[in-house]
Amino acid sequence: MGYPHPSHEKETVVLSQYFGDEAARSYQGWVERGGYKALEAALAMEPDAVTDVVKASGLRGRGGAGFPTGLKWSFMPKDSGKNHYLVCNADESEPGTFKDREIMRWTPHALIEGCAIGAYAIGAECCYIYIRGEFTEPLAVMAKAVAEAYDNGVLGEKLMGTGPRLDIVIHRGAGAYICGEETGLMNSLEGRRGNPRIKPPFPAQAGLFGLPTTVNNVETLTAVPHIMTRGADWYKEICLGNEKSTGTKLYSVCGHVQKPGNYELAMGSSLEELIFEMAGGMRPGRTFKAVIPGGSSVPIMDADDIKGCLLDYEGVVERGSMLGSGGVIVMDDSADMVYQIYRLTRFYAHESCAQCTQCREGTAWTVKILERILAGQGKESDLDLLLDLADNMTGKTICVLSDSCAAPVVSGIAKFRSEFDAYLSGSRPPALAAH
Amino acid sequence: MSMAGASAPETSYQPVFTGETKAALEALFERYPTKQACMLPALWMVQEARGWISESAMAEVAEILGVTPAYVKGVVTFYTMYYTHPVGRNVIQVCTTSPCNLCGAEDVMRAILKETGCEELGRTSPDGRFTVQEVECLGACGFATPILVNDDFIESVTPERVAGLLEGYE
Repeated sequence: MGYPHPSHEKETVVLSQYFGDEAARSYQGWVERGGYKALEAALAMEPDAVTDVVKASGLRGRGGAGFPTGLKWSFMPKDSGKNHYLVCNADESEPGTFKDREIMRWTPHALIEGCAIGAYAIGAECCYIYIRGEFTEPLAVMAKAVAEAYDNGVLGEKLMGTGPRLDIVIHRGAGAYICGEETGLMNSLEGRRGNPRIKPPFPAQAGLFGLPTTVNNVETLTAVPHIMTRGADWYKEICLGNEKSTGTKLYSVCGHVQKPGNYELAMGSSLEELIFEMAGGMRPGRTFKAVIPGGSSVPIMDADDIKGCLLDYEGVVERGSMLGSGGVIVMDDSADMVYQIYRLTRFYAHESCAQCTQCREGTAWTVKILERILAGQGKESDLDLLLDLADNMTGKTICVLSDSCAAPVVSGIAKFRSEFDAYLSGSRPPALAAH
Repeated sequence: MSMAGASAPETSYQPVFTGETKAALEALFERYPTKQACMLPALWMVQEARGWISESAMAEVAEILGVTPAYVKGVVTFYTMYYTHPVGRNVIQVCTTSPCNLCGAEDVMRAILKETGCEELGRTSPDGRFTVQEVECLGACGFATPILVNDDFIESVTPERVAGLLEGYE
């Protein structure tokens, strides 16, 4: 299948197999497609054995950080006598990223099954799925699927009628990017402002409501049922050379390409093939200028950087950026890099929770300086000032929001300096009105 | 500032959490280990019932959840989807963040402002029908430009489509 267009022949279709398939959304439809068999298989194993399979598969967190999933699960205490929680992070808010939305929209039961297996492995009797408030359709689809799962005896007193108790609760966010940060998310779930927490303690020791908690991304949990039914070895073999990055990854391609949408690729695939073949390349008469490969928080790449770049956790780092969430934002020669970088920093300034000074002040001043440059009132020293600010915003705060604001500024000035200079010298007309 | 569509002043506040709404919130208490965790759901219920969240409503939520009104206000003002002022009968959120921006989102925003008669972002139209807001990333970047009209998520909006899309919203 595929949505909004059929899957490309170079895709490795696993999670996205039923995107666009209306019938896969219902419990009955999911069972007919082999659904809940993986959960049955997991329940026949000891919880630790389930974690071991996920560890052996090499699955890493798909929310952006790339932390090994099985290892994360193994940090949960054993026989602690306390309640444990699984939290599914469905607060997908990273600009450029829209993969979790499609997973929830088309295959809600796949996510429920992944949550159930994860909860069983870590000994959680309750799982909260935190969905961003703007996702009205995924919220409705997920709520309906959870109700169906209760009605059909999947969830509740006994998982699948034989396992331990599991409740799944859908929790609606209310518009705050920072709640995608796992500790901000936990505060939000507790009914607080979504300010990130200082770590340690890490969630596995003291997380949601002060109790041992694991937070996993939607795409990560949705991969788990496939690993249970087809085996760790099968998953591990889906990689084109680098054993540290295994399985498939969903890439959300957007911006200046002819066929935007989600593409599912084996780890280690070519970034150029993704942009120029699968996503249809640039519009007629346009040429490629830049790409932000992992959601807006990662450094910008130019035409040289992408040559031969392999899409896996290590391959993109080798080229000076990061795989992040897999949100691929493509820009052609019509893009005004200074304006687009300004627009990104405005996003971070708006979304800063304002608890750390470097972030609250740094994001706001970065926006003001870029506004000044775009209004034709910038000074030559402004670029150094921006870089100095960026330095003070990197690695110095509770979470990485301010680092994320600094990334496009630093990489943008390094790679597209002539566009900044054009505003500073007055050779390019102002894009914003002066204040 | 145009306040068309506003509720009556708060002199005679009628509680939100009575009857079915109260029962719905109490049922939610079962799903969380603390009452406070029902903060976001309770605030959604208030906004659904009243269109926005007044100080009196914050006080009501505070009383029920066992926290101070100031605490509730701190939470309400943290999240962009809760309205602390009356809004139009229909609220339109337009994504203008980078990926959509590249694809012409600002033209869509201008077309919506023109069509609705809203003079600027955040201001309600004189007939009280619409409030237009800019929103930071709606998470549908491959379907630029997405807009959210109340709870209706609409993909791939172009300036040309705007007039037709808004027809049904009275």
